[in-house]
Amino acid sequence: MSTLAAGSIALPLNDQQLAKLHEAVVGLSAAQLTWVSGYVAGLAAADVEPAAPAAASAAELTVLFGSQTGNSQAIAAALAERARARGFATNLVSLADYRPANLKREMLISLIVSTHGEGDPPDDAELFHEFLQSERAPKLTNLRFSVLALGDSSYINFCQTGREFDARLAELGGERLMPLVECDLDYEDNAAAWSDAILAELPELLQPASSVPQLVAVKSISRFDKTRPFPAEVLVNQKITATESTKDVRHIELSLEGSGLGYDPGDSLAVIVRNPPELVTELCTELGFDADETVRIGNEVLSLHEALSAKLEITAGNLGFLRAWSQMSDADELSSLLASGANNALAEFLDTHQIIDIVRKYPAKVTAAAFVGCLRKLSPRSYSISSSLAANPDEVHLTVAAVRYEAFGSTHWGAASTHLADRVAAGDTVDVYVEANPRFRLPAEDVPIIMIGPGTGIAPFRAFIEERAARGATGRNWLFFGERSFRNDFLYQLEWLRHRKNGHLHRLDVAFSRDQDEKIYVQHRLLEHAQDVHRWLEEGAVVYVCGDAKRMAVDVHETLAEIIATQSGVSHDDAELRLKELRRAGRYQRDVY
Amino acid sequence: MSADGVSVVERIKARSGHLRGTLAQSLADPLTGALSEDDTQLSKFHGIYQQDDRDVRSERKRQRLEPAYRFMIRARVPGGVLTPAQWLNMDDIANAYANGTLRITARQALQLHGVIKWRLKETVAAINAGLMDTLAACGDVNRNVMAPPLPQLSALHREVQEHAGALSAHLTPATSAYHEIWLDGEKLTDGRADKEPIYGDTYLPRKFKSTFAVPPQNDVDVFSQDLGFVAIAEGGGIAGFNVTVGGGMGMSHGEPETYPRLADVLGFCTPGDVLKIAEAVVTTQRDFGDRSNRKRARLKYTIEDRGVAWFREQVAARSGVTLDAPRPFRFVANGDVYGWQQDDRGLWHYTLFVENGRVKDSGELQLMTGLRAIARMHDGEFRLTPNQNLIISDVTDAGRASIDALLDEHGIDNRIRASALRLNSLACVGMPTCGLAMAESERYLPTLLDRLESLLVECQLETSPITMRMTGCPNGCARPYIAEIGLVGKGPGRYNLYLGAGFAGDRLNCLFLENADENEIVGALTPLIRKYAKGRNDGERFGDFLVRTSVVRAVAAGRDFHAAAML
Ligand code: SRM
Ligand SMILES: Cc1cc2nc3c(=O)[nH]c(=O)nc-3n(C[C@H](O)[C@H](O)[C@H](O)COP(=O)(O)OP(=O)(O)OC[C@H]3O[C@@H](n4cnc5c(N)ncnc54)[C@H](O)[C@@H]3O)c2cc1C
Ligand SMILES: Cc1cc2nc3c(=O)[nH]c(=O)nc-3n(C[C@H](O)[C@H](O)[C@H](O)COP(=O)(O)O)c2cc1C
Ligand code: SF4
Repeated sequence: MSTLAAGSIALPLNDQQLAKLHEAVVGLSAAQLTWVSGYVAGLAAADVEPAAPAAASAAELTVLFGSQTGNSQAIAAALAERARARGFATNLVSLADYRPANLKREMLISLIVSTHGEGDPPDDAELFHEFLQSERAPKLTNLRFSVLALGDSSYINFCQTGREFDARLAELGGERLMPLVECDLDYEDNAAAWSDAILAELPELLQPASSVPQLVAVKSISRFDKTRPFPAEVLVNQKITATESTKDVRHIELSLEGSGLGYDPGDSLAVIVRNPPELVTELCTELGFDADETVRIGNEVLSLHEALSAKLEITAGNLGFLRAWSQMSDADELSSLLASGANNALAEFLDTHQIIDIVRKYPAKVTAAAFVGCLRKLSPRSYSISSSLAANPDEVHLTVAAVRYEAFGSTHWGAASTHLADRVAAGDTVDVYVEANPRFRLPAEDVPIIMIGPGTGIAPFRAFIEERAARGATGRNWLFFGERSFRNDFLYQLEWLRHRKNGHLHRLDVAFSRDQDEKIYVQHRLLEHAQDVHRWLEEGAVVYVCGDAKRMAVDVHETLAEIIATQSGVSHDDAELRLKELRRAGRYQRDVY
Repeated sequence: MSADGVSVVERIKARSGHLRGTLAQSLADPLTGALSEDDTQLSKFHGIYQQDDRDVRSERKRQRLEPAYRFMIRARVPGGVLTPAQWLNMDDIANAYANGTLRITARQALQLHGVIKWRLKETVAAINAGLMDTLAACGDVNRNVMAPPLPQLSALHREVQEHAGALSAHLTPATSAYHEIWLDGEKLTDGRADKEPIYGDTYLPRKFKSTFAVPPQNDVDVFSQDLGFVAIAEGGGIAGFNVTVGGGMGMSHGEPETYPRLADVLGFCTPGDVLKIAEAVVTTQRDFGDRSNRKRARLKYTIEDRGVAWFREQVAARSGVTLDAPRPFRFVANGDVYGWQQDDRGLWHYTLFVENGRVKDSGELQLMTGLRAIARMHDGEFRLTPNQNLIISDVTDAGRASIDALLDEHGIDNRIRASALRLNSLACVGMPTCGLAMAESERYLPTLLDRLESLLVECQLETSPITMRMTGCPNGCARPYIAEIGLVGKGPGRYNLYLGAGFAGDRLNCLFLENADENEIVGALTPLIRKYAKGRNDGERFGDFLVRTSVVRAVAAGRDFHAAAML
């Protein structure tokens, strides 16, 4: 291609712009042109305008998102794209990058945010959330807003962050364009309806920015997602805890050959699975259903067996189900639990009761259709990727703890983890797609890193070390690992010993909680080495934490604060501030679940 | 072998600072249950072998876990004599730190299995607290010194026992590394101040084994040892010793330049010259033993290669002692005599059959518990025999009854049940602890014997002693090459069958069948045992019978061991 011939397609550029563009690209080689096309597409995708013109906020839709695993971001991006395609000036910004000072000038905001931790905002929304809740938040009398909350109804603090944003924006004077919409893990339909509603309102609220449709840079999203996953072949399914272990942790290797899929160390893999067949049978028996009976889910008509096996969540309990079942069973205990507002009791109940436990404990006579109506859609599970592509081309590895336990007199299974552990073997395929995790990334090659990953939290650090070894990175690597027993549960022990020998793992400290009378965990090891940990931090180390969110991440956080406080002689509050700064600077990254 | 001609182990010894190496660091490394590779060579000198549970070796590899490293600790028991208190101490340690069993070895020592690295120091300290030690129980030094426990000859036994104690002390390494690493804890030196007057800085080229024997019993298998002193009794005391040198069992499959060898009788010395002679033998081997090839580094090859005459001159020159011509002596058997026996002082001794030396509780047979109970009430001694058995020694008339009661109470009544073949059998440890095992041994011999016993009953041979020994590999720890029936592991479930050794451990056996599985072994032995039952002369031993009837040839010397089975 030598000229920018207009051809027959109506161009989104005027003559002047076209001339400038021509001038910029004339004489470039094919390779350079390819690069430029990517660069420009990238600009469009990131929506960073090369020379940011001061926008008249009145004329603009601001789409804000706070997202940990990318769901909210994807919804936000889609909404922004569609608005632009209709000619509306649209500003798509992550809450991490949004300047709170701009807030009082905003007139139209659509905010999409998920909830993480235990009712906490996603990392990228943390500071904005704090600002908004504070005294410093401005009056927002000109604002019209709409909030879409993403969440998971098996958590007690369902959509907590979205609710808080919604309530606070109103409190500050904003006017709701529409009521808050809460989405469960199967958020697609709700999200689409919410976006449609906003788009329908836009002509009333905004002037189209230009008469010609804007150039829409189609963001090159991964070819595979929730609705079109990649069927990856299982190469290895190997138990990596010893036979005598109390745990069953699997090392799973999947082939990405032919998919063109890539990932970076720190990313997760979403896995779409089928439910445990035993559980499907048990449920049908318990409720007196005929598994061959047909049921309807949305527009789809299928057998009850297939619905329970592949479409619906039948393991972990959730609030929605509990409410519905409470009505159906008319069980006083359930209704008073729900009515009590005792969040702890409710959370505890959901943590320890699967759906089958609830229907057994509080029997009800229901039809299959009614039962199916109470269940939410089966959602994919995330697993931290434990391999580096550089070290394992065309492969992705996972480290999966099989959830299997006895309770209420019967065996219980986790859906995804036992699917991977028990129901697939080498040669089978598993439906997967990559979930980018841009907030969990290796730093520059010469920067030291401290990785804290007990249990399956070790997974991304295997990827990190593999990556650094493959790239010959010079930064020092310090790993903290913990499990129950040295003999039985030292995940990837042989690999760590090899990395240590080859100089890729500079320090490894281990805590095996059950090898001695007193329980020793990673945070105890951190404290033992407080001076060194602090020195590494002073030397610019990045700290990573991965694994259990409920206890471990909390204890490790406390310990890091304590180390900073004692080692640099500051108050605990100042240490907390310092951690917050580290977090903002990307030097304290967490991937906890 | 390394470039400078000495073996890798020689170099490790040389730079170890008198056996320190980096043991202290290895013990402190929290990421592996193993020692560094070099340190695994050095720990042996401290009585500690790194092993792993071979039953789970391959599955752990797939699990990306290191092998289940475990340590064997061998406590020295010179002459096999220990007090009930020491027994109780070892019993406690076995239960607290090891796998809950004790193993009486073929050289009268006690082994613990299954100690993890993190418990090694405590274990060794606890053994020492019981006034026993583990130094030089393994390694390229003089090992536990054997002496016959011989209850029926207790006066001689006591005298020989004193010599054994003195020899053991004389040849114990002088390094302070043992105390520094295991007992004192803190103050570690580099070992440069240590001097090894007998061994020198690199110790011996290979392990070294010595024993005393008192004819007519050859329970110590004196001909299998590097150095032996055969007591010559005169008027109730010891006139002196015939010195034997150059015995050894170990060989490697497929390497005919390695072979078992019976010791030569060098000459006769007086009791006062024992230590001088021993030191001269040790230093000759120190200076002339092969330090480049560990497979040919034992004294037996030094003597084989240079000749007995040369060796005798060396010993004479170094000790200043000229040996007399050997005195006549005769051995009748190398097994133990079971049950109660009374000595010249009127004290009783009970020799207990401990199958393959393993002291543990299993089902009805509460051996470990029973011996603990006996140790609690017993005020005599315990003696370990070279046949892996135990003698409850120095029991009064009154004590006998209570010991009998305890034996019965704990199901330890083997006097009645076991066949003479079983009572004369030995198996080495083998799987799952021994890193060198090619086939099962201790865990398997009892079931093979079950099968053979029905044959013995059919042939009415159940009370005729036949010696049978099994090892999991050709190293020969249960001295299989001097058993009338020897089985030596070649691979899982496969053994070489050797036949025709002398009943008193005085003639090597001869290869009869190679690489045989259980059915082939039983199939080969069945007609031979039937023939023996019918055709033996009065008092003729199984091994002698097989040689006389030309089933196998008589192997005259170690170097002929690999010659064709029948000439
Ligand atoms: C426990 C014992 C066998 C038993 O069932 O009682 C034993 C067990 C082992 N012997 Fe032995 N040997 C034992 C008596 C013997 C004997 C018999 C004797 O000394 O009267 C021999 C044959 C005599 C000889 O030395 O030639 C013997 C010849 C060997 C050899 C071959 C040596 C050679 O020069 O050919 C090895 C392998 C080696 O040294 O490389 C060996 C090595 C071993 C090791 C330590 C394996 C190793 O090196 O990794 C075995 C430990 C197994 C375990 O799990 O416990 N063991 N070993 C005996 C301990 C004796 C003691 O208390 O010191
Ligand atoms: C970003 C991210 C990364 C992750 N990385 C990994 C990883 O690398 N490795 C990994 O193994 N997991 C990882 N997880 C967790 C993983 O996604 C799944 O949550 C986990 O495998 C369980 O899913 P499941 O389908 O097997 O169980 P589910 O079918 O979801 O069942 C779980 C339910 O069982 C019940 N339950 C479970 N255990 C018990 C018990 N002991 N007692 C009573 N009730 C119980 C509870 O009700 C619980 O809700 C990650 C999660 C996230 C969000
Ligand atoms: C570790 C973890 C904790 C979570 N905690 C909550 C919670 O407390 N309440 C809730 O409603 N949803 C919770 N969720 C569910 C997420 O909000 C939900 O998966 C959402 O779709 C994620 O959207 P995002 O990709 O934009 O972050 C949690 C999810 C994870 C992985
Ligand atoms: S003979 Fe071989 S298998 Fe048996 S204990 Fe000795 S070295 Fe191990």
